Amino acid sequence: MDHQVDALAEPAAIEPAVARPHDITQSLLYLNGVSVTFDGFRAINNLSLELAPGEMRAIIGPNGAGKTTMMDIITGKTRPDVGDVLFDRGSVDLTTQDEAAIAELGIGRKFQKPTVFESQTVEDNVLLALKADRTVRRTLFWRPNGDARRITETLETIGLAAHRRRLAGSLSHGQKQWLEIGMLIAQDPKLLLVDEPVAGMTDAESMTTAELLKDIAKDHSVVVVEHDMEFVRRLGVKVTVLHEGSVLAEGSIDEVSANERVVEVYLGR
Amino acid sequence: MITRRLIEAPDGRGWIFLGLLAAAAILVPCLNLLLPPTSYFHVPTSAVALWGKYLCYALLALSLDLVWGYCGILSLGHGAFFALGGYAMGMYMMRQIGTRGVYAHPILPDFMVFLNWKELPWFWWGFDWFPFAALMVLLVPGALAFVFGWFAFRSRVTGVYLSIITQALTYALMLGFFRNNFGFGGNNGLTDFKDILGFNVQAQATRATLFALSALALALGYLIAQMVVCSKAGKVLMAIRDAESRTRFIGYRVESYKTFVFTLSACMAAVAGALYVPQVGIINPSEFAPANSIEYVIWVAVGGRGTLIGGAVGAILVNYAKTTFTTGLLAPYWLFALGALFVLVTIFLPRGILGLLPQRASPSPRLRGEDRGEGQHQAPASPLAASHPNPIPMPEGHGDRGSASHLRQRSAPQPAE
Repeated sequence: MDHQVDALAEPAAIEPAVARPHDITQSLLYLNGVSVTFDGFRAINNLSLELAPGEMRAIIGPNGAGKTTMMDIITGKTRPDVGDVLFDRGSVDLTTQDEAAIAELGIGRKFQKPTVFESQTVEDNVLLALKADRTVRRTLFWRPNGDARRITETLETIGLAAHRRRLAGSLSHGQKQWLEIGMLIAQDPKLLLVDEPVAGMTDAESMTTAELLKDIAKDHSVVVVEHDMEFVRRLGVKVTVLHEGSVLAEGSIDEVSANERVVEVYLGR
Repeated sequence: MITRRLIEAPDGRGWIFLGLLAAAAILVPCLNLLLPPTSYFHVPTSAVALWGKYLCYALLALSLDLVWGYCGILSLGHGAFFALGGYAMGMYMMRQIGTRGVYAHPILPDFMVFLNWKELPWFWWGFDWFPFAALMVLLVPGALAFVFGWFAFRSRVTGVYLSIITQALTYALMLGFFRNNFGFGGNNGLTDFKDILGFNVQAQATRATLFALSALALALGYLIAQMVVCSKAGKVLMAIRDAESRTRFIGYRVESYKTFVFTLSACMAAVAGALYVPQVGIINPSEFAPANSIEYVIWVAVGGRGTLIGGAVGAILVNYAKTTFTTGLLAPYWLFALGALFVLVTIFLPRGILGLLPQRASPSPRLRGEDRGEGQHQAPASPLAASHPNPIPMPEGHGDRGSASHLRQRSAPQPAE
């Protein structure tokens, strides 16, 4: 009997070189043994990930590695089949919360395709995102107490102050990406999940976006999902490589790009 | 506080609309009651009743525009709330008939005597008392909309599926109300009304008063809807309309907002129904017919979706056209004309008749007022660089660089200025 228990416990101990969480209370976000299956396809397979408070992390991986699905799980859009998804030093189980509750807890998300409220002005977009009471009663009888100042601050950070009266739908693709990042800042979340922030951007735009994200990371925890290796290198943070729904490698960009298995996955040897 | 907000809400166009309604509410009854029928300016009583009916339709269309135009909920069952409000008012007026009915029963309405019922069903209790009936006008449709909305929106039923179940809702109610043993007069409905609050419903003065009340209800409905739309909640509703899941990820409970606006809209439709019934003198289950609810949507589309006033204007115009059409030689072709109107408006006037008027500015005057004051202490030269240590330069639009730099020149403040 004892032998059997040992045999079962053993594989867990020799899992890939992922830093095992020593203490849940030290992590802002803690994923352990998360799996999710869509129609027999394992999108996420025994994924474990830990993010310290204040940390900025880049997540890379080839198409279909499960990056967006992981974000869906964290933000409550998708429920995992098994596994723990804990937030804020293990105090909240995210799998039991819905999207709105998770946003209230302090997790903001930027989508892969920029989604802003196109028929409203830039400043109204930020106003909607501003951290405030989200109940119907409060928004119905809302007064702009100091909101204009906070909106101006946010718009200056993202460089759209001159465009505040324009309809968000008339912005360029890059500006929409920034507006969405601005809406994240306005939410003032503890954790920002940023999905492919530089997709479709010019080199100059993606460089400024990197600076913007580094600036945000000074007082927020950030997870950036990105394809663009050059961009990730510019961020200069710890990198997690996902492959087929689980963590393949973790470390600095140089360590990771030297890793044989990562090269294999990316080049498809 | 709410009064102040109601007054703050309308824009220039809104005040014109309210002014016209106020003028109609005062002038039409005066011209009807005070001038002799021989006078050129005399408004005949039939016209008062007809236009009173149009105003009720206008309120109904406005309520539909509130949910459809601002929150993207295409309700194809708003006739249900209109009819329920009408039935509540009809029940009150049935009880007022008393012994003047054909069977002269002191308590039971004629159709119950005819069906050999011995006593008043419990759901008719209290309807002889006007305040109770008035409360039920709001409460019954409101509660139905709340419960329906709660389940539908919490289950995230959206788009065409939601439209279909709203159709099913009104169809189911129609089938129910058609049954004699449902207790609301079967397919004859409720009719043969004598008086309302002691006034003869046929009397000229009563009709003029009902007209004025309809105009007042429309004005109040507009003010409430406009207040909702101009508030931050209105911005949330539009956000839900344009990108529902995004709104959810920002932290808004989409289902609460939808349920709120759907219930409010249902109450407004019910008030329209309650004012409609005494003016037309009958309420029967055909008001629940799904085709009616679809027609209401056409009114809103014709007038201009997402403008509130457009719904009201569309309802009045289409119904005026309907009256003109169906009383002449062209009567058999009305439905073709209505269908053609819908198709033409959809193709050539996607923003409806009100879309032809100049577009108004974005509805956030209060926010703008506040930062106008702030602009004074903002450095005029290059605010981008001055106020933040890590400014983002203006974008170089990918693809069309020429137009991007042109845009920059137009909208971004230049340091030289």
